[in-house]
Amino acid sequence: MSTLTGTGTLLRLAWRRDRVLIPVSLLALTALSVGSAQATIALYPTDAEARAGLSGVLANPSVVAMYGPIGAENRDALSVFKTVLMGAVFVGLLAYAVVRRHTRVEEEVGRLELVGAAVVGRRAPLTAAMTLATAAVVGAGALSTVGLVAVGLDPLGSVALGVAWVVAGLAMVGVTAVAAQLTTSARACAGIALGVLGVMFLLRAVGDTAGGSASVLSWASPLGWSSRVAAYGDNRLWVLGPALVLTGALVALAFSLLDRRDVGSGLISPRPGPDRARDGLGTPLGLVGRLARPAALGWLTAFVVLGVVLGGLVASVADMASDPAIVDMLTKLGGSAGTITDIYLSTELAFVAVAAAAAGISVALRLASEERAGRGEPVLATATSRRSWLGAHTLYAVALPVVLLLAIGLAVAVTAHGQGEAPGLVPMLGASLARVPAVLVLVAIAVLAAAAVPTHASAIAWGALAVAFGLGELGATVGLPQWLIDVSPFAHVPPLPGGDFTPASTLVLCAVAAVTTGLAFAAYRVRDAA
Amino acid sequence: MDSVIETQDLRKTFGSTVALDGLALTVAEGEVHGFLGPNGSGKSTTVRILLGLMRADSGQARLFGRDAWTDATDLHRRVAYVPGDVALWPNLTGGETIDVLARLRGGLDERRRRDLVERFELDPTKKARSYSKGNRQKVALVAALASDAPLLILDEPTSGLDPLMERVFQDELHAARSRGHSALLSSHILSEVERACDRVSIVRSGRIVESGSLTELRHLSRSTVHAIVRTPAAQDISTWPGVEDVHVGESGTDIRLAVDAAHVGEAVSRLDRLGLVTLTCEPASLEDLFLAHYGTESATGATTPSSEDAQVR
Ligand SMILES: Nc1ncnc2c1ncn2[C@@H]1O[C@H](COP(=O)(O)OP(=O)(O)OP(=O)(O)O)[C@@H](O)[C@H]1O
Ligand SMILES: [Mg+2]
Repeated sequence: MSTLTGTGTLLRLAWRRDRVLIPVSLLALTALSVGSAQATIALYPTDAEARAGLSGVLANPSVVAMYGPIGAENRDALSVFKTVLMGAVFVGLLAYAVVRRHTRVEEEVGRLELVGAAVVGRRAPLTAAMTLATAAVVGAGALSTVGLVAVGLDPLGSVALGVAWVVAGLAMVGVTAVAAQLTTSARACAGIALGVLGVMFLLRAVGDTAGGSASVLSWASPLGWSSRVAAYGDNRLWVLGPALVLTGALVALAFSLLDRRDVGSGLISPRPGPDRARDGLGTPLGLVGRLARPAALGWLTAFVVLGVVLGGLVASVADMASDPAIVDMLTKLGGSAGTITDIYLSTELAFVAVAAAAAGISVALRLASEERAGRGEPVLATATSRRSWLGAHTLYAVALPVVLLLAIGLAVAVTAHGQGEAPGLVPMLGASLARVPAVLVLVAIAVLAAAAVPTHASAIAWGALAVAFGLGELGATVGLPQWLIDVSPFAHVPPLPGGDFTPASTLVLCAVAAVTTGLAFAAYRVRDAA
Repeated sequence: MDSVIETQDLRKTFGSTVALDGLALTVAEGEVHGFLGPNGSGKSTTVRILLGLMRADSGQARLFGRDAWTDATDLHRRVAYVPGDVALWPNLTGGETIDVLARLRGGLDERRRRDLVERFELDPTKKARSYSKGNRQKVALVAALASDAPLLILDEPTSGLDPLMERVFQDELHAARSRGHSALLSSHILSEVERACDRVSIVRSGRIVESGSLTELRHLSRSTVHAIVRTPAAQDISTWPGVEDVHVGESGTDIRLAVDAAHVGEAVSRLDRLGLVTLTCEPASLEDLFLAHYGTESATGATTPSSEDAQVR
């Protein structure tokens, strides 16, 4: 039996399990790039108009930090300006999700052992997972290319955009394959792979904005390569070469680690722990807090780092204040009011709020994942009431995003103190808190989904976040009608700092979140829990 | 005698699957009650309803005289549960898990916890992720047995234990009973049930088909008799009252037969008249009883002769 025996069967099985996830993701990614390109073309139909619109953008570090440098100063490059890097990140996330799902997750729940005992080669499961993920990555690039050509963009440049996405996707296939070999837990594998993705993003954010010799940092990050393809500019398709070399090396490393370990084990083996539980652990709140703690600390670190980076850029942003073109661009992107610094921070906070919502959602979904793993039942069989079990999850799901938003507000305010037109601590914390009601609506949807329909909770909660993000943050870019955009809670967030606080919409969002949470408690009380 | 568990006419369906079809189960205070039945017959579903995790479509489920669904949280202070498939939090240690589960229920007996950890040979400092199936089960067993809950609900609690640990479990269950505690023990290990249980209920297709003490149950089924006699019987032995399944050897002096409890004496005296050389008479084992209720209705009649008697109840 070869080490690859059974790869075909496993590949078909994996595809069957992902036959919704992958096509939907590919369509959403294509819609993102094509939709935003179409909307930009409508706004700036010619290269000349585009050049006028973006003259200052290239020099604006805050925009470049978020979206990467623009490929060239023409209409086509502007039309994909926001989607090159963001799309690359999403393609990387898709690759990560597919590889992890079919390797370490399967191994942790013990299904891989079942498969491994059948006529399946040692390397077959990892090979099947990487093959499927690679196909998804290439599919995303190809579909987007076809779509962009169809709306009238330069064909070679469109191929280059596809390549930019594939570069990031392939890198994450390799990174996740290695991460899956390192530890015994699927959660830790997620932490390592996503952590690497975060570092790749930060490296290139610093490299892209710092200029000079520091710009080599961008070349140290596969996400930096995605921008360096310079779609619709130099169209450096050869960047695919180094990406293939890197991915090949990571895959080889993953295989050699795999060959050296037992099924179910990892390279990093767990250490012994305490033989008694600490006092706080014996309550629902204590238990949920303990279980959610590693992820929460990870989120907190990421938010503080991001806050320091965003705050550090305030000075450079203020330097642009005299350039009306940038103000125009940022107003279009973020739709804020006030000084350029305010607009910049408000724009960034809009994205930060999405991340905060994701953190809250992941805590809320623990209720469902614990139940599906069979760990909810023993708890509910103790004197823990359903109300307190759901209540503990809800409390942390609400508290985490609030803490994260306050932490990033604090980090920005402290780092930016005294620079440019930096808002003070109180306005900055106020701006952070202004995002809380919209975030809580999404957290409440996740709580309701986990309480009422645990088997579909992930799909519902993440789907709701994707829709809210798509409509609220990108809807205007893509040119959707206002009533549709207004469906998103994010569309009702006051543009702080700088803009006007809108108590009415804030109250409505809070009420929606409260009612949704109430429904969750009602639903959880009456359903079968097992 | 009060009953700690009492269900009446429990019904539960999952889509088109009928999991419980009028199940009536009674467990008296102070007894260890065996709960037997083929795969998918509804044991775990019954347990989940008793624990208020699931709600019956109709019928009653009572623990200590109170409704299992509406009073679930309160009742659980007096109930300790061990599932067959124990899932633990991968990054808590076994010791932490024991404490968490016990404290969530309302505390544990420190000395017994220490003894149990020792007797079950559990390393409480290991992360649950690295426990084998049997060790995960020990964690749940220690958490349940170390508590002072007067009712234990055990759903195949020993399916992963080795014979030595199985013995420890038996001892601990016995000790719990001597403290006056009651238990419902669902199991596929018949010797375990035979040794540990005062009474047994056999469930099939969501209803109880047999319930009683082992002695009572044996009365309902037939004993097997093997006799060697001097002179072959003159008439056909299978016409003797209560006798079935007769096998007579070539010589006519080696006789095997099955006879129901009411006619054992008569059959033996008839054999005696043929001049008994040796005689062995065995009551039905739990396995016989159990097999009688396995499989479908039709298969039962063909392969397990005692089924008719058993179903008289
Ligand atoms: N949550 C559920 N959803 C759908 N069907 C279920 C569910 N739980 C149990 N069933 C079905 O109900 C029936 C009874 O299952 P149950 O788990 O109670 O059997 P069991 O007697 O415990 O079996 P085993 O000896 O294998 O543990 C089975 O047909 C099973 O498939
Ligand atoms: Mg069962």
